[in-house]
Order: sequence, then C-alpha cells, then structure tokens
Amino acid sequence: MNHATPLLSVHNLQVQFFMDEGIVQAVDGVSFDVFPRQVFGIVGESGCGKSVTMKAILQILEPPGRIVKGEILLNRNGSTIDLAKLNPNGKEMRDIRGAQIALIPQEPMSSFSPVHTVGDQIIEAIRLHQPVHARAARQIALEMFRDVGIPMPEQRLDEYAWQLSGGLRQRAMIAMALSCHPRLLIADEPTTAIDVTTQAQILRLLRKLQEEHHTAIIFITHDLGVIAQMADYVQVMYLGLVMEEGPVDAIFHAPKHPYTQALLRSIPSVHSTPRVNLPTISGSIPHPFNRPSGCPFHPRCPQFIAGKCDKHIPPLRSVGGVQAAACVLYHDVEVPR
Amino acid sequence: MLRFILQRLLLLPLLLFVFSVVVFLLVQAPPGDFLTSYLATLASSGSSVDQAQVDALTKQFGLDQPFHVQYIRWMEGLGRGDLGLSLEYQRPNMELIGERLLLTVLLALFAFVFTWVIAIPAGIYSATHQNSILDYVFTLLNYIGVATPNFMLALILMWVAFSSFGVSVTGLFSREYEQAPWSLARFIDLLQHIWLPMIILGIAGTARLMRVMRANLLDELNKPYVVAARARGLSEWRLVLKYPVRLAINPLVSTIGWYLPQLFSGSLIVATVMNLPNIGPMLLRALVQQDMYLAGSILLIYCFLTIIGTLISDILLAWLDPRIRMENA
Repeated sequence: MNHATPLLSVHNLQVQFFMDEGIVQAVDGVSFDVFPRQVFGIVGESGCGKSVTMKAILQILEPPGRIVKGEILLNRNGSTIDLAKLNPNGKEMRDIRGAQIALIPQEPMSSFSPVHTVGDQIIEAIRLHQPVHARAARQIALEMFRDVGIPMPEQRLDEYAWQLSGGLRQRAMIAMALSCHPRLLIADEPTTAIDVTTQAQILRLLRKLQEEHHTAIIFITHDLGVIAQMADYVQVMYLGLVMEEGPVDAIFHAPKHPYTQALLRSIPSVHSTPRVNLPTISGSIPHPFNRPSGCPFHPRCPQFIAGKCDKHIPPLRSVGGVQAAACVLYHDVEVPR
Repeated sequence: MLRFILQRLLLLPLLLFVFSVVVFLLVQAPPGDFLTSYLATLASSGSSVDQAQVDALTKQFGLDQPFHVQYIRWMEGLGRGDLGLSLEYQRPNMELIGERLLLTVLLALFAFVFTWVIAIPAGIYSATHQNSILDYVFTLLNYIGVATPNFMLALILMWVAFSSFGVSVTGLFSREYEQAPWSLARFIDLLQHIWLPMIILGIAGTARLMRVMRANLLDELNKPYVVAARARGLSEWRLVLKYPVRLAINPLVSTIGWYLPQLFSGSLIVATVMNLPNIGPMLLRALVQQDMYLAGSILLIYCFLTIIGTLISDILLAWLDPRIRMENA
C-alpha cells in the first residue's frame, strides 16, 4: 500500500490561534499521508489538536485560528494541489469541500439546521457539486438514505433533524457526506454523541460503505476501542504533536511511546484483575498557554529523564521497522552545549 | 394550531371588556369633567357662560349621571359600532379618528420600513465582522440612538434646520397642501416632509433592533450546523443568509405583530413636538381637555390592536419555526 501515491499528504502542518492572551500553538508540525481506501486514525485527548487538524484540511478554521506553515497536498487525477495555499472562501476550495473531501461532524444533533428539513440540506449538498435538477437531486438523496439504512426514506427526507433519533441523524449525516462520492471522508468523533449499541451499528455501516465506495477515511476519536475496530494506520497526538504512529496492530500490541503505553493501560479489559483501580495517567493536560518545555508529555511521563525530556522536543523517528515514535528512549538527542 | 387561534379569539371579548372598564376608569380618574376644564379655558380668555347653559350641557352629555350609567351609555354606543360624540369638537369620534388614521399609519409604516431596512443588514454585518472598525462605529451609533430620547432628537433637528437653513420642518405638508384634497403633488409634498419624522421615530428602534440582531446572530454563527454547511462547500454569504440569519431573525420577525398598535398610536410626544397631524397629539389634547369619549375610544382601539398584534406575533412565530408549529399540532 505504501507504494501507491497518497491521496492526501500533510507536511509539517502548523496551526496557531491568535488570542488576546497570546498565541496558542494548536497543531505543531504534523505530517501524515492518507492512501486511497485507507482508514487513517488520529487519536488523542481533547485539546490535542485532532479536530483542528481536520478543520485545517477542509480550510474551515474559525478566526483567530490560522494555518501558519505547512502543506496540505491533495492528489487529484494525477496532479497535486496544495489546499493550504487556497483561499478558504474561494471557489476552488469550496468545490473541494463536500465533493472531494467530505465531513461527518461530531454532533449529528446540532449539525442540521433545526428549521430546515434534512432533505433540504442534503439536496443542497448534492446540487452544489452535481449539475442536477431538484427532482434528480431528491432521487439521489433517497438512494443515499436507502444505502445508509434509513427506514421510510421518502418520509424521513421531509422531516426535521430533531424528529429523528440520534442514530438516524448520524446516518443522515453519513448519507449527506457520501452523496457527492468524495474520495476522502473525515469522520470527526462520529460516534461520541450516540449510545453504544447504535455506535456499533454506525461503525459497521461506515466500514461497509467505505468498502463499497472505495473512500479513504480520516477517523478522529479519543476512543481507542473505536480506533482498534476501524483504523488501518494510527497516529497518536498530544498537545499538537505526534507522539507515535504506525499500523494499528503495532500500536496496540507493541506501543513504544510512554504516552501510548499509558493510554492503553487505562483501558478496562476483560483480562484484568477485578476490583483493582484502573491505572490512570497522572496529572492533567497542561494549559495551552503554559506548554511544558521539551517533550510536552514529560511532566506526566513515568519514564521522565531530567535534563533530557524537559530540554528538547524529540523528533518522530522510526522505531522497530513499521512504527515511529517521538521519544528520547529510542533515539537519544544530543544536548547542545 | 387552529384550536389555539380559536381559543385566543374567544378570549378576545372578555379581554376587551376588562380593558374597557380600566380605560373608562382611567379617563374618568382626574377630578372634574370636560365642562370644568372647558369653563376654565373660557374664564381664562375673559368670556363667561351662565349657569343655565352649563346645566343644559351637563344634562346633554349625561355628565351628572353616576359612573356606571355613563359607562353603560358608552358601551351601548360601542355595541352599535358608534364610538360616541367628541365633547370638544361636537363631531362623531369615528370621523375625527378616521381623518387622521391614514397619515398615522403612513408615518408608522415609513418608520417601520426604515428601522428594518437599516437595522437587519447592519446587524448582520456587525455580527459577521465582529470587532471590525465598522462594527465599533455601529455599536457607538447604537448607544447614542438608544440613549437619546426621540423628542429631544426632534427638537435638536428642528432647531438645526431652522437656525442653519431657515426652514421649518414641522408638520407633514407645506402650507398650501395642508387642507388640499389628495393628489400626486400633495403626495410628493408628503414625501418631502415625512423623512425627518420617519428617521426620528425610527432611530431608537433601529438601534435596538440592530443590537438584538447582532447578538442573536453571534449566538448562531458558531453552531455546528454552520460548520457542517461550510464543510459541504456552501459559499459564505449564502450560508450565513440561509442558516444562521434565518434562526437569528425568527424571534424578531415574530415581534412584527407588536407594531400594529404602534401603527395606530402615532408616537405621542414626538408628534406633538413636531406638530404632526396624526392621532398622537389628538389623544394628548383629548386627555388634557377631558374629552373622555374621544380619549376612551382611542385607548380602546389601541388595546384591541395590542391583543390582535400579539396573536399575529404568535401565529408568525409558529409559521416560521417548525419546532413550535409541530409542538402545537
């Protein structure tokens, strides 16, 4: 798979928020490639920059957030285009949003306007990117509704989002995202707002549709269980930096970075001893204005090495063949004189 | 929904009855009656009336009857669609109000259109360009607009117009058209005069509406449905107009019904200051002269329009917002 051309390649992406109190470095030099038909997982705690990365790719960052550096290269029929250079509100970028790269947002609850019918909004998406009349667009929307398993699609299309259950709403969102046959789907915590049973159904549906439509997915979540089920390749983020990345099996079975190890230890397992407290990661996520020096994880790290971890940000380097980690434990950095 | 409207309409006569009693009580409340103030006016101008004449007038208007009898007489007239006779003008109240109604409604409509045409686009601009220079300019103007009493503004503008241009900007017509029958020339003359009272009457409302529009829209602009619409490639202004503006404007559109009584009332103080020939100054004069049937009629019509206006507001809100419409269904 690695020999194919990546569909999307992000190089050294930096996003900053220019606040009155100072500058917040939300994404600090993130790079990754997403290949056709791949499910690429980004995992991390809230505030680690995973949602900001997603918004940067779509160029829908809200002020005061801005891409300050980096490239977002989208491969389109053999030629590449740098999204970071496009005008966020320009026609070219708008033609890519929704058509080439579509979004499944976090809150299906409020991601539909409450005073417009679900159908109205889906038909709008279809007509924005496909030269069809209203009636034909409605037919496409109906088909999409059937594809994502919404019962009585004809009737549901004319209902408002608040008349649908959480699961149906998320299915409608998926129908909208897929309606223009995007080559890349960004799913931003698509299952956090719905209950566990529905969550499993939605994930299965996404998997099935991804195979049918040959879409690549960037799957963003804080839920390691969901990542294990969905992703092929995983990137672990912390405070805007990539801590570790690799194929899903390697990350889950042989985590290298102390942060990934700590995350995995804190998942309840059927094999663990009953009546024993789950291990947690000590401390809490630092305030964005008060980033620790050196490796951002060092104040909470069980394997902290004084004089090293707090001095330098270790670069992401290959560890044990398939995966890469950003940690001095694996590649010592020289302390400058 | 239909049931809800019917219920409200059935309640209408009861509400009107309560209001009519309150209005009548209030109009009657000042000591003395029309004749005492009439005689006082005559006495101050040097002429006098003999006692027999006063007694005859008292009897004619029933001013010697107890309160409830006077009220019932008034109600009987209302029942027949007769608003009674004005004590001062000695003409039917219906005629007096009718004469001024057209200009009152015209002026109020102009002020209303001015308010919305200025406030909504400016509010949208302010919200979408939050903290820009123009937003700050609008904000400053808003505070001035809300804080300045409109009669004060009227006085200042009249003084400026008179002292620097030597023109009098009172009234709605030039002298030659004041009593003339309606014609195109008279209408053009009206347009030349109406803009100033329109601005004066509209300015506070414009400022308030702009602030509310800005605040409502700011609440909506970062909602997930806006992000979702942006992510499907909608252009920014189409997106803003279709989704957040629609949601921000709903509660405002529903207040349109409340303009109904204002259409009729014709802003009392400003109209008096600017000598506008609408209903406002007539109500003030009727109250001062204790012309109780005229004052009572105007106030009662005002109450009626308030009730109807509120009902219209409720219907508009239900019509605009499916969440409310379906809840009642």
